[in-house]
Amino acid sequence: MGVPRWVWVPAALGAAFVLLPLVAIVARVDWGDFGSLITSESSRAAFALSLKTSAASTLACVVLGVPMAVVLARHEFPGLGVLRSLVLLPLVLPPVVGGLALLYTFGRRGLLGSELDALGVQVAFSTLAVVMAQTFVALPFLVVSLEGALRTAGERYEVVAASLGARPTTVLRRITLPLVLPGLASGAVLAFARSLGEFGATITFAGSLQGRTRTLPLEIYLQRETDPDAAVALALVLVVVAVLVIGFARTGRGAL
Amino acid sequence: MTRFRRFGSVTVAALLVLAAAGCGDDGGDAGSGGDGGGNGETTLTVFAAASLTSTFEQLGEEFEAAHDGVDVQFSFGGSSDLVSQLQEGAPGDVFASADTANMDKLTADDLQAGDPQDFATNTLEIATPPDDPGGVTSFADLADPDLKVVVCAPEVPCGAATAKMEEATGVDITPVSEEQSVTDVLGKVTSGEADAGLVYVTDVTAAGDDVTGVPFPESDQVVNTYPIVALEGSEHRDLAQEFVDLVLSQTGQDVLAKAGFGAP
Repeated sequence: MGVPRWVWVPAALGAAFVLLPLVAIVARVDWGDFGSLITSESSRAAFALSLKTSAASTLACVVLGVPMAVVLARHEFPGLGVLRSLVLLPLVLPPVVGGLALLYTFGRRGLLGSELDALGVQVAFSTLAVVMAQTFVALPFLVVSLEGALRTAGERYEVVAASLGARPTTVLRRITLPLVLPGLASGAVLAFARSLGEFGATITFAGSLQGRTRTLPLEIYLQRETDPDAAVALALVLVVVAVLVIGFARTGRGAL
Repeated sequence: MTRFRRFGSVTVAALLVLAAAGCGDDGGDAGSGGDGGGNGETTLTVFAAASLTSTFEQLGEEFEAAHDGVDVQFSFGGSSDLVSQLQEGAPGDVFASADTANMDKLTADDLQAGDPQDFATNTLEIATPPDDPGGVTSFADLADPDLKVVVCAPEVPCGAATAKMEEATGVDITPVSEEQSVTDVLGKVTSGEADAGLVYVTDVTAAGDDVTGVPFPESDQVVNTYPIVALEGSEHRDLAQEFVDLVLSQTGQDVLAKAGFGAP
């Protein structure tokens, strides 16, 4: 079974639209200094911080997002549609606004600011703030993919397992989650990729300090002020990491 | 089957959003030079540092009033962003930079028409939240390690000025964050996250009641100079020079002085 031949034209245009800018980046890279540009102290600090925080926020997305997706996919209750829309809001919210919202919630003068202060927790300007910003923007990606996978998988096996006496937690652990593992994996990859590229919420909520809050996208943005060559080189590193992660997930039986 | 299709479309939507989100948050209101109103109007495009927004908009209106059929469009942004855009061929008639370093980048590429002229100066000032939780009264107070101080990163002009100021005064600030722009610094101060921020005098004036300014006598040791020049690629070289002249005139200087800028 083939696709209609005309489909190739817009498909090729779309591919060119995505790939050409990447080619343009590669063409601009100053290969002679590439090594030194990406191994400077500030670059390495930013790269390490980005990997660390993105891994942490992906973990947070899985811990919080899997239960959210299960509830959204397996239950019908009044207001479900509204709830789903609200949960997915960070998808359409400009990240800078997301950062402001986090600031108004967890900041020193935010909704929970005095409570957090009483507990001795100061979120602002900390690496924790970076992880929170990334989790905030990445969570919907995991929830959306996993909810879709759960609905596709259906409830048949779960019903059978329950009829044979399996308790809800056993069903979730032994039937539901193994069935949607590819969906969970692709959701986690999306969340990781989104965390890696996160910029707006981070700079608004967490600030920018080398080794603590200045992730790779922030470092790129800053480097561009004085050294566009370094910014381009770092951007390429970010692209390569993203491609590797996505490719890794696909070969690992992904369903992206 | 419908379920499957739904999953597919949701995934596609998610990917599209991913793509959009990844590159969207650039922050600067750059780019939009171009041709404004039709009717055969002449459009003069001025690339100006973000700190000049209110003063230049005012001067732009005066210029339009004095020149029938001329529409002045502004592209405000970080000076280095603006220079990069001009170097990449963005069409502009005038460039006003917040520091000489970025003007030097422009002249190194021979994009100027004539010699850049200094038209204003700016100095640093401390901004605190209105209730001043840290009790900041002097520049030396910023060295207190318990104080949450936010400054600009050394890579941007206000941060370079901050670094020079630390050197000149021997005061060593340990900031909790080195921000990208004065706007980001002010944001952290107005939201109360930071106890103090170091920005320009004009930024404190523009922020109004949202912050309290703490001037300090050492500020005159580091003075930022703003140069302006008509651009070589301009199709309206005479008009562009007239705009430069307006900024340098008494009228222009009065407007700038009112916003807190110093004389060149």
